[in-house]
Amino acid sequence: MNMSKPNSLRNGPDEEGRFGIFGGRFVAETLMPLIGELSDAYAAAKIDPAYIKELDDLNTHYTGRPSPLYFAERMSEHLKGAKIFFKREELNHTGSHKLNNGLGQILLAKRMGKTRIIAETGAGQHGVATATVCARFGLPCVVYMGATDVERQAPNVFRMKLLGAEIVPVTAGAGTLKDAMNEALRDWVANVDDTYYLIGTAAGPHPYPAMVRDFQSIIGAELREQFAQKEGGTPDALVACIGGGSNAIGLFHEFLDDPDVKMYGAEAGGHGIDVENGHAASMTGGRPGVLHGNRTYLLQDDDGQILEGHSISAGLDYPGVGPEHSFLKDSGRVTYVPITDNEALEAFQLCAKLEGILPALESAHGLAEVIKLAPTMDKDQTIVLCLSGRGDKDVDTVGKHLGVKF
Amino acid sequence: MTSERIAKRFAACAEQRRPALVTFITAGDPDLATGQAILDGLPAAGADLIELGMPFSDPMADGVAIQLGGQRALADGHTLKTTLGMVKNFRKNDADTPIVLMGYYNPLYSYGAEKFLSDAKEAGVDGLIIVDLPFEEDEELCIPALKAGLNFIRLTTPTTHDARLKLVLQNTSGFVYYVSMTGVTGAAISNYKAVGEAVTRIKAQTDLPVAVGFGIKTAEDAALIGRDADGVVVGTALVNAVATSLVEGKASATTIGAVHDLVASLAEGVRRARA
Repeated sequence: MNMSKPNSLRNGPDEEGRFGIFGGRFVAETLMPLIGELSDAYAAAKIDPAYIKELDDLNTHYTGRPSPLYFAERMSEHLKGAKIFFKREELNHTGSHKLNNGLGQILLAKRMGKTRIIAETGAGQHGVATATVCARFGLPCVVYMGATDVERQAPNVFRMKLLGAEIVPVTAGAGTLKDAMNEALRDWVANVDDTYYLIGTAAGPHPYPAMVRDFQSIIGAELREQFAQKEGGTPDALVACIGGGSNAIGLFHEFLDDPDVKMYGAEAGGHGIDVENGHAASMTGGRPGVLHGNRTYLLQDDDGQILEGHSISAGLDYPGVGPEHSFLKDSGRVTYVPITDNEALEAFQLCAKLEGILPALESAHGLAEVIKLAPTMDKDQTIVLCLSGRGDKDVDTVGKHLGVKF
Repeated sequence: MTSERIAKRFAACAEQRRPALVTFITAGDPDLATGQAILDGLPAAGADLIELGMPFSDPMADGVAIQLGGQRALADGHTLKTTLGMVKNFRKNDADTPIVLMGYYNPLYSYGAEKFLSDAKEAGVDGLIIVDLPFEEDEELCIPALKAGLNFIRLTTPTTHDARLKLVLQNTSGFVYYVSMTGVTGAAISNYKAVGEAVTRIKAQTDLPVAVGFGIKTAEDAALIGRDADGVVVGTALVNAVATSLVEGKASATTIGAVHDLVASLAEGVRRARA
């Protein structure tokens, strides 16, 4: 797919699934043959016109793509700097960018003859997207979700149940996304014959990071066209939030070889990067390690034990990050910055008041970086934020933090 | 010089016409002193080889029992360094029983692969089983381990087809660990006949001993699986013996004995496997 220039940043991964030193296939032997089978199936599907057509059709008529490129006029005026645009993935069916990946993978699972789907979820956005595509294609769906997340994302839990999914709360560890992923992997090992593991972010063993990125790259591809029509040329800066990093890599990948386009990833700075285990900024505050099938930046203690991390946003408190982001960090191509819980909360409220849009708390991290960046840029410059999800699911959480009693 | 203790021990068991009993315990579970006493007493209780689990925060291939064992050790402040210290202490009184460290890659990677290998060798470790390092990642640790004189024991599973098995066996040394089922540690074996057939299939491709693990809980299981296998691995049952002996989460007077009694009964099981 990425047969561009020899020195392109878009050539990864190599045959071993590596982006530089990151990525790879660090999984138990039981899963290796399955991962090989998945690689082969995906390689065949992505050049099959019938598969491409079916996915295009669903993207258009089921998801509602292309997602609009919206000029955030009042936000731009307020910040007195660069012109700010939102790539509105929150307007997709199910309310986030996650459906882009869910549809791509469910069609693949069908091709492979799999009859049962499992997934992990943090905020519930990926769980909802997976439950949705399972309902649409009539496949049973089991979603693993940390018990803590089940509690703080109650509306999404109920949505998944309405869609027919079985929700399994995971109590191990802190009961958040990494624990849910461990449990999903255990399920997969035990049900290798019929089960497809629909990973929600651009992480995990090869081929997941590349495959999920490919499905999400529609974000950047549409943006290039929309922006050229609207403003001419390319944006000066792209901003996205990073948990595992699937919306960010989907936005960035298209533009990696455009040197004039600057890129910023907003990690979850939680209570602050200096607070021990009080954040989930794996690239700013972690170091390379191996977890969940890939080498990448991880939050870990001196003994290599993985930390839980913290973020106000359930979708960002993952102690790792997709391996391609680790590669882009070390290569210097993308700047990754931590955004605190409070900065995200302020951005959330500002966006509601100025634009009439409630962003997901995840996306609000990206917006907080835009708020810092825009005033430092000229009025004729442009920033595009990937508004990856809508914030309805977070109203309770935000209310609690602002001391509102419902 | 690669450690010969593993080969010698399997040969000795074969001479006695019985499978080897391989016992897994989690290092430092429930606390360092108790864990050390459990480890030190395993050979006398009847263990032929010892797998010492290196606790990890995210043991993706393990069931609840071994997850909890690791959590108990970590909560007690256990580290990879402490695990190596336990082996060093064990070796003061036992120069013959092979010890294989089992776990996940990240703590080793964090420690520094080369430094870990030389420290492990010096402590008296004979081999490694690293669950999340398939042969595709051999350059990471397997090849350096073999160079450092440590055996690298590979897992094969019901999903490892013949073409793949050849590659799995290529850099495997010490013994081959056949995982009896597709599942996590502690699940139940549903088809004993299939396990026997798989062992035969693997033995046709290698001269190494083949040990079978996952799902062996009792002396009867050990006797049944030990008819075909060169070794039987018991882990979850021993970690459960620790767990059920605890009083308010702490080791009790019965903890050490509970593990050693179960090992003694398993040792009796492997001795009647082919009787």
